[in-house]
Order: sequence, then structure tokens, then C-alpha cells
Amino acid sequence: MRAVLRIVLPVALIAALIGLWQIAASTGWIAEALNLEPFLVPSPAEVGDAIWHNRTLLWENTWVTLREILIGLLAGIVVGLALAVAMRFSRILRDAVFPLTVAIQSVPVVVIAPILVVWFGYGITVKVIVVALAVFFPIVVNTLDGLRSVDPEAVKMMRTLDASRWAIFRRVEAPTALPAFFSGAKVAVAVAPIVALFAELAGSSSGLMRLIIQDNANLEIARMFGSVVILAVIGVLLVGLTALAQRLVITWR
Amino acid sequence: MSVAARGLSHSYGELQSLDRIDLAAADGEVVALVGPSGCGKSTLLEIVCGLRDPSAGAIEVGGAADAAGRLAHCAYMPQRDLLLPWFSALDNAALALRNRGAGKGEARREAGALFDRFGLAGFEAARPAELSGGMRQRVAFLRTLVAGKPVLALDEPFASLDAISRAEMQGWLAGALRAEARTAVLVSHDIEEALYLADRVVVLSSRPARIVAELRAPDPRAPDRDAAVTDPAFVAAREAALRALHAGASADPAHPAVPFAPTRRKRNSWRRGAR
Repeated sequence: MRAVLRIVLPVALIAALIGLWQIAASTGWIAEALNLEPFLVPSPAEVGDAIWHNRTLLWENTWVTLREILIGLLAGIVVGLALAVAMRFSRILRDAVFPLTVAIQSVPVVVIAPILVVWFGYGITVKVIVVALAVFFPIVVNTLDGLRSVDPEAVKMMRTLDASRWAIFRRVEAPTALPAFFSGAKVAVAVAPIVALFAELAGSSSGLMRLIIQDNANLEIARMFGSVVILAVIGVLLVGLTALAQRLVITWR
Repeated sequence: MSVAARGLSHSYGELQSLDRIDLAAADGEVVALVGPSGCGKSTLLEIVCGLRDPSAGAIEVGGAADAAGRLAHCAYMPQRDLLLPWFSALDNAALALRNRGAGKGEARREAGALFDRFGLAGFEAARPAELSGGMRQRVAFLRTLVAGKPVLALDEPFASLDAISRAEMQGWLAGALRAEARTAVLVSHDIEEALYLADRVVVLSSRPARIVAELRAPDPRAPDRDAAVTDPAFVAAREAALRALHAGASADPAHPAVPFAPTRRKRNSWRRGAR
């Protein structure tokens, strides 16, 4: 019952909001209230129409942006995980590297992206680097905290059961850290699209942000809304898939 | 395999936890350490297991004096069951075998063969969260046994159970220890439990722990736990141990539990100005 409600309620809420907007836009209330030409305030039906008619163009640009997000996420998570594990095994490495990771995190994407565009051009490289940099910090910090939260008594118990350092990591530390890792992954997944769009803003020849900028200049408002809808869907899917992965992996809670 | 310790002392920084302990357990003997809570019993057990080194004194387990050698001879059952929630009961029991590099199937077969004997048949696939407290302790004990070490170190194995399941589990453990004939060092704060399970009971004082008495458990004991603990010889031994425990727990000015007027403080140098 609860599981059904968790799907039905948000869908009903979104449907209701779209319905309201449809009425307000098609009757011209919003345009009138804002003192605008009606074509600047597209109704959901017009947005849907724009998405359908421009599906090839939208899909091509969506694919560009989605690829940036996914490759950047993958790179950031792999590097972040590897670094967190390495820092767990070596105190010296942790002491040496941790301040640097904080420093990297402190430099805003808006600042670093234009510089990287000068170095690497308009291609996917800059976007992947920027997304990976933004993603890597929550992964490292959360995973490392998770690894450090291991029960010292459990480690003692494993030592008397002839566990090697690696066996302790694999059977006790890594499973202990998984929930914290997934907390980091959820933050990472929520941040990645925003950062990818910023990177496209700094310099790109294709992608949803590029399209939004063009449509903005040409007053293609309905298609702009279409891009926004697609981005919202990507965001929901990414967070949803991460939550699903967490449920499938962490079965003991 | 025998355990022999001479003049063991240990301190955590300035806090002394053990004071010149002599401890011996013969091959196949079950020795219980009883003392007030916080007296250093668990520290002593960790030293026996090779999880810690003493600050002074010598200890040998089966002839091995170094920590790694002791660790190789001892299996440790902690106070909490510490079953790993992500593994099934069977995989928890088989941990030691997997740690030594046995394949999953082989380790499960070997550990699974003991489930029936421990009243756990049918619960192989259950996660620890699905088991009762008593069953969890049995899986934890099984995990310790499967490690195949000659010396068992049990740290308050039933402290987390309610009185009824504790009595039940004590009866069960007494039987299991008799059947196994391994050397065991058992820590408890419960004299009755210690006298019922062990061949010999060592009574420790409050911190820093010193040995205040050693008692031999009445022998032979009735196999039924209720009959055993109401036997007059058992009751007399319990009273003797209780008196020793109370004597050891009362304040001893020569050994304050918290040291005062320390000669050197590392980080708290501001205290010097305050004095």
C-alpha cells in the first residue's frame, strides 16, 4: 500500500501541476499577468509538441550531455573510491592528499571550466574532467568516513580468525562503508548534471545547455522548456537508479 | 595446549589495568577470570590472544611468546556476538575458513556440518538480524570453534542475554566445552557462571587487577545446571569466591583506580600553571 502510494502520490502531484499550468497558460492568464506575448508562455501541450517535433535534435543534444554526465560520474566515482581505499590503507597518503582534495573542491566549477576550455577545447574532455572533479569529493569523504566507522571489536575478532589485512578490508571494512558510499553517490549524482551544464556554458558546440542558450536568443521558449523537462527526467532517473542500486546491494538493513 | 603467564602488567598510558598477574591453564582446562566490571579482565584476555602486548611480564601460549604466535593459537569470542550482518549465519560461522583461503563451497560444507549439533539446523541462510539472541551467541561460538584453534578465549559470552536464555546457554556451553576438550580462558563478572563453566576460577581485584583468590570448581558437577548450582559444595565455593571478590573490590590505597599527581603530562601542560 505504502509502496503504491509512493509512486502514485508524486505522479498525481506532477500531473495536477501540469494541469494547472495548462489551464493558466492556454487561457492566457500568466501572459496577461506578466504583460507578455502569449507565445512566450507555452502551455504543457505546446512544450510536448515542441519535444515531439524536435525529437531528433533534442535527442542528439541530450545524448551529448548525458554522455558527459555518465562518463564524468564514472571517472569521479572510480578515482574517488580508489583514493579513499588507498587513504584507508596508508595514513601517510591520507595526511598528504586530503588537504589537496579539499583545495580542489574549493575551486568553483565556474572558475575552472573556462580555463579548461582554453586548454582542451569545446569537446567532451572538459566536461568529463569538471564533472569528475565535482563528484570525486563527496565520494572520497563519505567512503573514507564509512571505512573509518568500522567496529574495532569486529577487526579484533577477524584477526583471531586468521584474517589478513585484505580479508578484513573485504569482509568487514568494505561492507561497513557501503551505506556511506551510497550517501556520497547520491550527492554526486545530484551534482553531476548541474556541473556538466556549467561546463557546457563555458564552451561547447553541442549539448542541452548549448541548445538552451541558442533557444533563449531565438525566443524558442517551448523548446527551451522541453530541454528543461528532459534535464528533470535525467535527474530523477539518476537519483532513482542510485537508490535502486543501494537497495539491491545493501540487503542487510 | 597450555597457557602460562608470569608477572603480567599492563597500563593504558598512566592508567594501570593489570598488576603482576600469574595465570596458568593446563591443556584442556577451562579457567574463568572473575572480577568487578572495568577491572581489566578483557585486557588480560586480549593479551592472552595476542591482540595486545603486556607492558611487563611474560606470556606463552603453547610455547609461543610473541603476539603473532599467540594469535595463531587462540580463537576469540567477543562480548557482543559481532556477527557480520551482511553474511548469512553459515557464512559467519565459516569466516575463519574463508580467511584462510578456503573456497566458498568448501567452507560452507565444513561449517554447515556442525549446525545440527548446535541446534541451528535450518537457519544456515538466515541473516543475523533474523536470529534470536541465544542463536546469535551459538553462531558466534560456532564461528570460534570452526577456527580450529587449540585455545578458546571467551569474553563474557552471555552478558548480552536475558537471565533465562543465559541459564540455558550456560548449560549448553558447559556441554559444548566438555565435548570439545580444548583449553579455554573465560571472562565473566558472574561467579555462578564462572564456577559452573570452568574447572578453576581466578578472582581479580578492581583496577589495577591483581589476583585475590583462586578456587577449584566442585567436581564432579551434576550435568543438569539447576542441580549443579544448588549443590552444597557449589554454594560453598560460590560464597568463598564472593567474599574474595568483595575484598578485592574494596578500595586499596596502595593502588588508586585513577592515578593522582602525575609526574609528567604531555598535552595538558596548562595544568601545571593551575597547580
